[in-house]
Amino acid sequence: MRVSDLSAASLAQRLGGGELLFRCGPFTARPTTGIASVVDNFRLLYTDYDLAEGFADFRFEIAPPAGLRRWIRPQVLFSFDGDRPFERFPADQAYPLFEWGFNWCIASTTNRYLIIHAAAVERGGRVLVLPGMPGSGKSTLTAALVSRGWRLFSDEMALVAIEGRDIVPIPRPISLKNESIAVIQSFDPAAVFGHTSHNTAKGSVSHVRVLTADVRRAGEVAQPGWIVFPHYESGAAATLTPRAKPATMLDLASNSFNYRILARLGFEMLCDVVERCDCYDFRYGNLDEAIAIFERLSERG
Amino acid sequence: MNRNALIAGALLRPESLRRLSLGDWENLVGWSRAEQLLPRIAFAAEQLKGLEIPPAVRRHLDSARLAWEGHRRAILWDVNRIATTLAPIETPVVLLKGAAYLVAGLRPAPGRAFSDIDIMVRRETLDAVETALLQTGWQMEELDAYDQHYYRTWMHELPPMQHAFRRTVLDVHHTIAPLTARRAVDAETLFAAAAPVAGGPKLYVLAPVDMLLHAVIHLMQEGEFDKGLRDLFDIDQLLRQFGEEPRFWPALLARSAEHGLDRPLFYAVTQLRRQFETPMPGEFLEEIARRGPPWPAKQLMSAIFHAGISGNSPRLARDFLYIRGHYMRMPLRLLVPHLARKFRHRFDPAEA
Repeated sequence: MRVSDLSAASLAQRLGGGELLFRCGPFTARPTTGIASVVDNFRLLYTDYDLAEGFADFRFEIAPPAGLRRWIRPQVLFSFDGDRPFERFPADQAYPLFEWGFNWCIASTTNRYLIIHAAAVERGGRVLVLPGMPGSGKSTLTAALVSRGWRLFSDEMALVAIEGRDIVPIPRPISLKNESIAVIQSFDPAAVFGHTSHNTAKGSVSHVRVLTADVRRAGEVAQPGWIVFPHYESGAAATLTPRAKPATMLDLASNSFNYRILARLGFEMLCDVVERCDCYDFRYGNLDEAIAIFERLSERG
Repeated sequence: MNRNALIAGALLRPESLRRLSLGDWENLVGWSRAEQLLPRIAFAAEQLKGLEIPPAVRRHLDSARLAWEGHRRAILWDVNRIATTLAPIETPVVLLKGAAYLVAGLRPAPGRAFSDIDIMVRRETLDAVETALLQTGWQMEELDAYDQHYYRTWMHELPPMQHAFRRTVLDVHHTIAPLTARRAVDAETLFAAAAPVAGGPKLYVLAPVDMLLHAVIHLMQEGEFDKGLRDLFDIDQLLRQFGEEPRFWPALLARSAEHGLDRPLFYAVTQLRRQFETPMPGEFLEEIARRGPPWPAKQLMSAIFHAGISGNSPRLARDFLYIRGHYMRMPLRLLVPHLARKFRHRFDPAEA
C-alpha cells in the first residue's frame, strides 16, 4: 500500500495520530502533524512512497508550541521523541521544517553509513556525488540532472554502506531556493512542486517531487563513480577541472556528518570511495551546458 | 508502558528486554535517545546473552554505541591535553562528573552521554589556569558584565570555555558548591581525599563519598532537571559500585554531615528508591530518614522532585526546582534580582 492509496481524510487522520509509517530508502519514519500545510505538501510530494508496518526508525512531530503565542503570531516546533533541537519557526515554514527535521533525524543518529553532505545521482550504474556548500548550486544541478535521466539518490546526503562501500539511495523531495525555483520550473515544466514558503532563513523554499520510478528503485544501491564539487557562477562557461584525490578526501571528510565518529573505519571508507572515483571541480553558469558535460562523462564510463 | 518505567526497566533489569514487542522497542529507542540514554541501552543489551534483537533495532543500538565510542575518544584526548597544559601549575587537576567516571573506569561510564568536561583546581591558581587554557586554544564565550560577575563572584567556576577547534566545553571549578551557597563545602577536604588516576599528569578524581555527594548536589541544586533521570541513574550506579564496600555507607553518612548535605542526600535516596530500587543497607536508610525534613516538607519536596524527574512534569514543577536550585546557592538579596533578570529575559519577545 502506498500513500496515494489513502484518501485525503484518512491521510490527515493518520498523520494527526502518529499512525502513518512510511518507507524512505533504508529507513522508516513516523511523522506526526496536524498542520494543514504539512499534510497537504506531504500528500503531494510523498504520494508514491510505500507505507510500512512495524518499527519506525524516526518519530518526529511538527506542531504549534503550547501557549498563547499561537493566537498572535503562529509558530511551529519540531520535536524528535520529545527532544527539541531547533528554535520555533513561523508557521508558514512548517513544511520546510518537516524536511529539515527529517534530515536532522537521519544525520544526527545514523552511524551504520558514512554520511557525506552531498547530492547524489546515478546513471549507468555509477553514482555522481556532488558535495557543496549552500549556494554552490548543488540542488539546482541535481533537479536538472534528474529531469534528464539521472536517477535521484538524494539532494542532501550521500549514504555510503559499510559493507561493500556502495552508495545507498534515500530519495526525498529536492529542496530549491529563491531563483532556482523559477529556473527549474522553466527547465523542467513537468516537475511537480510543493507550495513555496517565503521568508525562511534561506529565503523562499520549495520542494520538487521525486519521480515515481526513482522512488520505486530506492532499494537499488550503486557504486560511486564521480566526485564533483560544483560552483555556480553567473555567466561562466561549464568547465570540468581534474582534482587531486588527497585534497578531495580531506574535503569530503570535512563535509561528512559522522566521519569523526567512525574514526578509522570512516577513514578507510572514504579512502575507498575516493579511490574508485574520478574527481573534479566544476564551474558552470548554464544548466544545458552542465547536463551535456555530465552526459559525456557518463558515456566515457 | 510509560516512558520512565520502560527506560528504567531496560537499564536496571536488562532481562526485561527479552519481553519487548517491536512496538516497545520503538518506544524504547525513541524515548531513551531523547533522554540521551540510548548508548546505555546498547551496552545493557549487549551484556544479555542470547538476546534476539530485531535487525531494525540493532542498527540504532550500533549507531548509538559508535557515537559514544567516538565521543569517548574525544573526551580522553581533551582530558590529556588539559592535564598537559596545566601540569606546570601548582594544583591537582580533579576531574568531576562524566569525565571522572570515564577516566576512572567507574560503573556510570559505559554509554553515559557527555555534555562537557568539568575540572576542579585550587582557587588561588584560577588566574594561572585561565591564562594557560586561553593560550592553548580555549576561548571564553562572550558574556556581558553581569554574567561575568555572576560566574566569577558568586558561582564556583570560571565562565564556561570552549575549545576553538575541538568545540569541547570546559567548566573550571574551585569547589563543588558555590561560594554563596548556605552550605559551604571545604574544598581543601576534597583535594586531600582525592585519588590519582591515569590519563594525564597530576590528574585526580574525588574520593568515592565526595563523588557521590557531588552527584547529589548536581541533581538537587543545579536546577537542571531535563536530564534528571540520567543524573539519578549516575547516583544509582555509583552506589551499586561503591556500596559493595561495607565501610562506604557509614563514611557517606559522616561526610554528608560534615559537608552539610543531609537534606539533598535524603531527597536523592527517596527518588532512588522510587525510580530504581537501588539496594541500600537498612541502617543507612533509617539514619538518613532521621536526618530528613519534618513531615509536610518531606511529602511536598518528594512529590515535586518526582514530577521534575519524570519526563512529563508540569512546567510549574520545573520552574520551582529552578528557583529552588538557585535559592540553595544564593542569599535572597542576590537571588531576587538575579531571577527577576533571568525571567525578564525569558518573556522578552525580542528574544523569543
